[in-house]
Amino acid sequence: MSEQSTLTGEEIALQVRGLDFFYGDFKGLNGVSLDIAKNKVTAFIGPSGCGKSTLLRTFNRMYDLYPGHRAEGQILFHGKNLLEKKQDVNMIRAKIGMVFQKPTPFPMTIYENIAFGVRLYEKMPASEMDDRVEWALRKAALWDEVKDKLQQSGLSLSGGQQQRLCIARAVSVKPEVLLLDEPTSALDPISTAKIEELVNELKYEYTIVIVTHNMQQAARISDFTAFMYLGELVEFGKTDELFVKPRKAQTEDYITGRFG
Amino acid sequence: MSLYTQRLWINRIGIGLSMLAMAIGFAALLWILWTLFSKGFSALDWDFFTKDTPAPGSLGGGLRNAIVGSGLILFVTTFVSTPFGILAGIYLAEFGDKSKFAAVTRFVTDIMLSAPSIVIGLFVYALWVVSFGGFSGWAGSIALSLIAIPVVLRTTENMLRLVPPSLREAAFALGAPRWQVSLKVTLRSVKAGVVTGVLLAVARVTGETAPLLFTALNNQFYSTDMSKPMGNLPVVIFQFGMSPYDNWVQLAWGGSLLIALLVLAINIGARVIFRQKDNF
Repeated sequence: MSEQSTLTGEEIALQVRGLDFFYGDFKGLNGVSLDIAKNKVTAFIGPSGCGKSTLLRTFNRMYDLYPGHRAEGQILFHGKNLLEKKQDVNMIRAKIGMVFQKPTPFPMTIYENIAFGVRLYEKMPASEMDDRVEWALRKAALWDEVKDKLQQSGLSLSGGQQQRLCIARAVSVKPEVLLLDEPTSALDPISTAKIEELVNELKYEYTIVIVTHNMQQAARISDFTAFMYLGELVEFGKTDELFVKPRKAQTEDYITGRFG
Repeated sequence: MSLYTQRLWINRIGIGLSMLAMAIGFAALLWILWTLFSKGFSALDWDFFTKDTPAPGSLGGGLRNAIVGSGLILFVTTFVSTPFGILAGIYLAEFGDKSKFAAVTRFVTDIMLSAPSIVIGLFVYALWVVSFGGFSGWAGSIALSLIAIPVVLRTTENMLRLVPPSLREAAFALGAPRWQVSLKVTLRSVKAGVVTGVLLAVARVTGETAPLLFTALNNQFYSTDMSKPMGNLPVVIFQFGMSPYDNWVQLAWGGSLLIALLVLAINIGARVIFRQKDNF
């Protein structure tokens, strides 16, 4: 499997090697190895409980918040193993941002939702902060809708707008990688389309990894797809090839809707 | 009788019983308020707020010293118990998930919540009053704080536990350090609930009498010196209500009405604040 999960001819952002993950005694990931290509969209698909979110959440060490959760193996980012205890987890998270399934605006104004993250790492005069907030909101294609109500609560926005606010917030700290954990599963089709367009725009500047339940979405927006099942990486490759000519029978069964 | 009509009747009986229970509770509340109003309202005149408690046998008088004393004691109590309660609540909800120390704190808090207030009064009497020069407003505030802190603490902790994990994760995902996540994101998202907790704690201690008997004692004269015995409404009501003098009894009713209205106002205020959740 390992030769199939590495990429040739691509710049690599994250290298996963022999990754095991444990929820207490339960093994959630089993020997996962794959490459995440730089400035491309990589999608993780698979039935519920297959470990795709678990895998995504190892990239920013989100599991650190929960006692009993641990990862073993290697995730190389700029040549360093992210999983080592000595790595500064906050710095990792500043470089590898995340957007969640449900929109999670902070209980602050729209402006502060963005500025909060920026202030964690940079000191800047107010005018520069204004520019950064506008820049981030433009990146998330939200600026035109909120420019007149920056001082309103982030919670006053619609679900789709809230999710784009979260994307703006993640982008505002200028990360290299964006992790999207089923970012559209709580949204209506129009908001979903907007987010998908956004992903297509953002991939020129960011490496994007997206977990999705929606196979059409993976086929539409991703360059590479990883199909996971029962904690293992079953198949990984170019999205065009994986969806048209899957190499494994399990992958074919899943993408043709025979199980999952 | 068909199954349907049977269900219908069971439903009617169930609703009828709940309405009855509610009506009894509500009637009791109205009765108390009515009694307080009819006996105490006439006491609430200008003198009530501007004159001090009368000496035995003298006519007239008011509760100025007790109102001001209660106000000062409650102010200090709020000032002390709010930060202690909120910070400890944050610790329990955000930091002390698995630690033994947190488990012990939680256990002690539960005991404190149900401890009889007279015991707390005696505790402060033995520890503070006896060793630090007698009855004082400070001692009263300490005793009331010991009652208020567990209430604030528990409300804060419970509110923080209601914060969806996704919000906390979102803040951590930005690389925010733990204290910023707690203070700027999660605590902020439950601000209304925490303020409600503080108000309810203040309402709870407003009418406490027993702890003040052993600590602030009482003072017949107007005083704003917290290091001396201090007049306060609950103890004045306690003493005056059982006295043989008509004007004292009248003042006790007035004081009771005042406290009841204050507690009612705090409770209504807490509800109004809690409803405006998204307001920040």
